Amino acid sequence: MTDIVMRLDGVYKKFRKGEMYDSLRDLIPALTGRLLRGSGGDALAPREFWALQDVTFGVERGEAFGIIGNNGAGKSTILKLLSGIMRPTRGTLQVNGRLSALIEVSAGFHPDLTGRENIYLNGTILGMTRAEIRRRFDAIVAFSELEEFIDTPVKRYSSGMFARLGFSVAAHVEPDVLIVDEVLSVGDYLFQQKCLERMNEIMTGGATVVFVSHNLRAVSTLCSRALLLDHGRVITIGPSNEVIKTYLTRGHGARAAEPASDIRITAVSLGAPQSSRVTFETDEFLDITVEAAARSPHEDMSVVLQIVDGNQYPVFDTCTQRLGAGPLALAAGETLTCTFRVQLRLAQGTYHVNAFLHRYVTDRPFDRWLSAATFFIAGTPTVRGVVNLAPSLITCEKAMLTGRLAAPAPVAG
Amino acid sequence: MEKGRNLAMSAWLGHLVARRDLLYMLTWRDIRIKYKQSIMGFLWAILLPMVIVLAGVVVRYAFSWITRAPLALADIASVSVRAVPWAFFVSSIRFASTSLVSNRDLVTKIYLPREIFPIAAMLSQLVDFAVAAVVMLVVLAVLGVGASVELLWVPGLVIILVLLTTGLGILLSAASLFFRDVKYLVEVVLTFAIFFTPVFYDARMFGLWAPVLMLNPIAPLLEGFANAVVLHTAPPIAWLGYSTGVSLVTFFAALRVFHKLEPYFAESA
Repeated sequence: MTDIVMRLDGVYKKFRKGEMYDSLRDLIPALTGRLLRGSGGDALAPREFWALQDVTFGVERGEAFGIIGNNGAGKSTILKLLSGIMRPTRGTLQVNGRLSALIEVSAGFHPDLTGRENIYLNGTILGMTRAEIRRRFDAIVAFSELEEFIDTPVKRYSSGMFARLGFSVAAHVEPDVLIVDEVLSVGDYLFQQKCLERMNEIMTGGATVVFVSHNLRAVSTLCSRALLLDHGRVITIGPSNEVIKTYLTRGHGARAAEPASDIRITAVSLGAPQSSRVTFETDEFLDITVEAAARSPHEDMSVVLQIVDGNQYPVFDTCTQRLGAGPLALAAGETLTCTFRVQLRLAQGTYHVNAFLHRYVTDRPFDRWLSAATFFIAGTPTVRGVVNLAPSLITCEKAMLTGRLAAPAPVAG
Repeated sequence: MEKGRNLAMSAWLGHLVARRDLLYMLTWRDIRIKYKQSIMGFLWAILLPMVIVLAGVVVRYAFSWITRAPLALADIASVSVRAVPWAFFVSSIRFASTSLVSNRDLVTKIYLPREIFPIAAMLSQLVDFAVAAVVMLVVLAVLGVGASVELLWVPGLVIILVLLTTGLGILLSAASLFFRDVKYLVEVVLTFAIFFTPVFYDARMFGLWAPVLMLNPIAPLLEGFANAVVLHTAPPIAWLGYSTGVSLVTFFAALRVFHKLEPYFAESA
């Protein structure tokens, strides 16, 4: 018998587009309309739409569960329902235990109050008692790295400092269920790492985590299971890597625009055929296959493979020409399959594969496919950044200073 | 049915008691924000009652001039005793009715028992009320208004006033979240309500028409304060019972309505 902490059963949520009734004058016609139509229920009135439809899932105790999907898929609505801010239009929802949400962690701050005062205010808003905050106060301040500014009104904080203080308070609530929505985009790189570590700590402490993010790498490393949402409906639930793969292939199935040319890239795939792996180790060899098809004859072509990092910054590119294949030619109805083998000397992170069909001489593309595939490099504990330069430590020795710098001068007299 | 409601009531109270630290911090915040960066500081607490008393003295002076009866010290004391609770009522309603709108971020983004906002707004005004009441008592003592056993009515009157104020505050806070015009409506009513409430005058000055004035549930309370503190007599008991009834009904009805509307807060705010 598994221990379900959180369960949604056939949950529907209806929203209304456009203006709400903001003044009494608008209310009376609206109420009359409602009385005539009945209370509504399952039927959609004009301007209404379903933000969630028939969402069912359960999360077990101690599990880390990811929710992914495009903007507007209904991810935040699920979190709002879970945290009790909104109630479902239909269906049941059940949460057992103290729930804390890392959503809008600085919503409770008052600009005129100091950092110290805001820690107490926001802490009680997030569900701690004053005694608990007093006990954890030093840890919260140390985590935020804002010791110097703790008695400064937060209106003088930078937005990064503001977010850091917010996360620090929220990260010390010690909930049974932790809900996280995109907070990891706050602060600089080092603070983000610290937040991830703190989330790991909370999870090893036995808490259940529900994590909503566009950061697929974070979902893939933190969560064992995930759910894919699209336009308010559950597409799939399963092991997070498979769900991410489904998400990525769905997204790329439909390319933005048909290229004018009648030669095109038809598929870009990673690893062995039918493999669903998207996370690889650093230094591992990876086969990337690019397929193309021509409807009319084309000559003088080369296939270019480019890898960009999570910020779309080019990391690497190569092409069939440089690798010695010479100009490629396709007759009408022919297909081309090129498999590149690369060694992933990359640091931990998200990477996208771009593929291009270029003219051999002019570099004018016949066709291109950006972010045709996405993969992740799993944790590289020794390096950060983009490339893995395979560092090792040669010397790390201690010695005594000599001369004037050796020791502070003795006090005169 | 009745039992079920009582059960829900005690669950609600338990819920609120569990978040008492939040209630404390929100009240503290409201007070702190008001006095931070202000020159007058706690003088603010007695400013509104003082202005009301001054206005009352002017009105009373005009009365005495027309009726050619001398303006008695007891009259001024009576106006003062009515002005302080009235100031509490007015500023609490004003502050509580906008409390959800001004905490919109917290209402839409974080789950809290939302009635905490109007209650905290009322509590922060209650602190001002306490400050003003102490100042007023000192002034009355100096003026030679003695004490009597009737003063024991005062805590009871305060409790009923708090109940009525909280009920109205909770109701209006939810209403202003849905309709922006509620705020202006409240302003208009509060500005002119003093003419329909026995603050500057005593209800009995209206003779036969006095009962009409007493239908205003605050009126018996203000009469009660003046009786107990200045005249050293008991409040008008029957009317006080009426006030208590109205306050209780308002309070519980407000909570019920508030909880009925609460699921729509996050979508309407």
